[in-house]
Amino acid sequence: MSDTTFSTQHPSATSRAARAYDPVPAPRPNVLSVGNVISLIVLGGLIVIPFFAKAYYLYPFTMIVVYSIAVLGLNLLTGINGQFSLGHSAFLAIGAFACAILIRDVGIHYMLTLPIVAIIAFIAGFLFGLPALRLEGLYLALATFALAVATPQILKIGLLEGWTGGVQGRFLFPDTLDPVVPFGLNIDPAIFRYFFTLAVFVVIYILSMLLIRSRTGRAFMAIRDNPIAARAMGINLPRYKATAFGISAMVTGVAGALYAILVTSVHPDSFIFTIAILILVGMVIGGVGWLPGCLIGGISMVYLPSMAEYVDDLVLAIAEPLGIADLFPSGSEMQSEFNRLSYFIYGVILILIIYLAPSGAGGLLRAVVTRAKRLFS
Amino acid sequence: MSAILKVDNLEASYGAINVLRGISFEVEHGGVTTLLGANGAGKTTTLRAICGMVKRSGSILLDGDDITRRATEDIVRTGVAHIPEGRGTFTTLTTEENLHLGAMARPNNKGEIEEDIQKSFEFFPRLKERRNQQAGTLSGGEQQMLAIARALMLRPKLMLLDEPSFGLAPLIVRQIFDILANLNRDTGTSMLLVEQNASLALELADNAYLIETGSIVMSGEADTIAADESVRAAYLGY
Amino acid sequence: MSELFMQQVVAGFATGAIYACMALSVVMIYQAIHHLNFAQGEMAMFSTYIAWQCMAWGLHWVLAFPLAIALSFVGGFLTERIIFKPIQRAPVLSHIVVFIALFAIFNSLAGFIWDFTIKNVASPFGDGSFMGSTLIGKHQAGMICATILMLIGLWAFFSFTRVGLAMRAAAANPESARLVGVRVATMTALGWGMAAGIGAVAGILIAPVVFLEPNMMLSILLYGFAGAVLGGLTNPLGAVIGGFLVGVIENLAGTYLDWVIESAFAGIGLVVHLHGMFAEIKLTIALLVIIVVLVIKPEGLLGRKIVQRV
Repeated sequence: MSDTTFSTQHPSATSRAARAYDPVPAPRPNVLSVGNVISLIVLGGLIVIPFFAKAYYLYPFTMIVVYSIAVLGLNLLTGINGQFSLGHSAFLAIGAFACAILIRDVGIHYMLTLPIVAIIAFIAGFLFGLPALRLEGLYLALATFALAVATPQILKIGLLEGWTGGVQGRFLFPDTLDPVVPFGLNIDPAIFRYFFTLAVFVVIYILSMLLIRSRTGRAFMAIRDNPIAARAMGINLPRYKATAFGISAMVTGVAGALYAILVTSVHPDSFIFTIAILILVGMVIGGVGWLPGCLIGGISMVYLPSMAEYVDDLVLAIAEPLGIADLFPSGSEMQSEFNRLSYFIYGVILILIIYLAPSGAGGLLRAVVTRAKRLFS
Repeated sequence: MSAILKVDNLEASYGAINVLRGISFEVEHGGVTTLLGANGAGKTTTLRAICGMVKRSGSILLDGDDITRRATEDIVRTGVAHIPEGRGTFTTLTTEENLHLGAMARPNNKGEIEEDIQKSFEFFPRLKERRNQQAGTLSGGEQQMLAIARALMLRPKLMLLDEPSFGLAPLIVRQIFDILANLNRDTGTSMLLVEQNASLALELADNAYLIETGSIVMSGEADTIAADESVRAAYLGY
Repeated sequence: MSELFMQQVVAGFATGAIYACMALSVVMIYQAIHHLNFAQGEMAMFSTYIAWQCMAWGLHWVLAFPLAIALSFVGGFLTERIIFKPIQRAPVLSHIVVFIALFAIFNSLAGFIWDFTIKNVASPFGDGSFMGSTLIGKHQAGMICATILMLIGLWAFFSFTRVGLAMRAAAANPESARLVGVRVATMTALGWGMAAGIGAVAGILIAPVVFLEPNMMLSILLYGFAGAVLGGLTNPLGAVIGGFLVGVIENLAGTYLDWVIESAFAGIGLVVHLHGMFAEIKLTIALLVIIVVLVIKPEGLLGRKIVQRV
């Protein structure tokens, strides 16, 4: 008979309820963490880029920053608080149209619209979050999807035409065509716009990092990880969940305003549900729950759908040294063929990403860092 | 007597957690073997390992056939009927449909299956009364009877029972164990019984093994163990 | 006025039949994997194109339709085996992204192969009114009958066949199903195949009405979702009823909602001219249905309440 050992109970072997995603773990309070160092380097890069790249790139780069803010907004809701949204294009639209109306009908300077848009978007998000409290996972995804599909139609209805410009939309700066550089500074408006957007992004990013390290942030994450336990610990679920929606909508709404300022016009059909899908995919590619990933998300939103253009460059680059370049239709013809397959390529790339890097860039980075640590320990 | 089930050095784990640390035991042809132990000792894991539901290594021989690497569905087809913890009833399907499902692993001989269903109803008249009712509306004891009947539909070589007494009133538990005893005696179906209710289990079983945190700490004939007061006090709590 | 009403009800029933098919497809996959397949509509659209192509190559519809449906079945089965099986334990968001990817792939591929111009598809049931009635057309009657026949066939399959029972068991309780020898993985793939087949039927039936083009199925899918939610995601019969209801509601709302609202305001002395505003947002109404049902009674009319255990 073997020795009897009355060891302590081993952990229960019953399987945990499947998580909706694998979020990157909560940030440790380490100022010089890999994430922060990389963020600083990236920030540095973002600041100097306009001076090195061609002027033509300024517009898409500004758009990347705008979309990064939108992805950040969604990440605060889904990655940090665990609530799904397939409808953030609606909040983007609210921000954009609020901005346009404030500029055209109320006469506020475009830079000052941002705080007001933030408040409006927060209220909208909070109000949506309240009935959404009862919905979980899939049902919430459906409801937000419904919201996203409905938004362009609602914006076009006759009742609101005076404000939204109806089917044709509205221009933000009918007199000057471009946002005016304030204080009469002698800077190229496009460059000023880029830095303005970047500044707003940095402010929002820092505030978000502070948020997730705060009590509120911890409450959000507790709700994400185990809502029932969170409630048992005394966290007021309705209040926090609705607030999370509000904050998320607020950030995405500000992105919407910046979008409107960048594009200088607002149009209901710019905010169809496809945008919401792109934001969601951007969040997944960047890494759910990993805030620094929002920039990668922004890049994916701008460049991924038009990968086709790069695919044919790639095909030619491979075919030429092999001497079979002649087999392919010349440049623009092939490009237009590939363009028709744009979204096919987009879909294939998405599937590859899910198979190879399901936790997005954040997960990849985490895996690399873990491996590096093991090598050096 | 030869063994219908021979388990050698079975190890099992859930992810990184090692639950079974190399256990060995046997079930005799036509016999009842019981695995006893406290919560979390690894009894349920043992049954699940035999059925291929957890990562396992070692050797599991069913009637001489090595089933260690097989998938659950195939192990079932070789004649192992597993009644899981909580009975595993298909609550949204009717009683009769549950019985039909028990025969899913058998060749599709409608006549034989119908015969067996009738036999189940004779054996368990309560089930016949409720044949078209949703199985989820049956009482705990009735669901246990249904689970046993469903297992029998397979005409199994070996029945694995995971805590049949769980959640049932003492009177019903007594009934169930009587049914099991009769079953074993009349049909010679071999059984491997996992139980927390040690006294009942030892009454029914021929052989017993005690598991503690993944290892077997004691084995022997059920009567011997039941009679040994010090063992009872130390391990079985009565 | 009442003839218009009856016509709208009948029309609603006819399109409702299609929504019922989509809703059923959606619920079948939901029962297997507890996710909503956002690409269901695109797969149905692709199947419809396959049918069209067969007919364009000279095949009579009697052969082309079953062929397209059979191919869709195989396609759905293979999609599950090849694309979903490797990620079956992945988080929900991964699945959602893969569905999105499938949507993009099928949509783009259809546009590439058959391009984005609208194609006219003749109805196999013929044009014109049904037996001279002013209420219902031949194609509408065809849609309703075909759908009902298919639904009866499915019901019989699930109630009386061994495979049907095995599929129901696999959906209800996968672990117990394994323990009785059901090959759950195969059942899941079968479910996908059947859902794809049903979707193909829906697409083929609706093509003569909405014209064949790669973006034809999105709004129909949404109506299907609305029907499934209304009826209850856990209940196939509910999904079907929900689909029919959504069809009728959508049609009636499109025709009458402006009038109803204007009359309501008139009743309290306010003159309001809506200029057909609400007819434009039929889709929004369907979506509002989704939201309202989800908030008030998430399990739908016939679904089961899902209790969360800790």
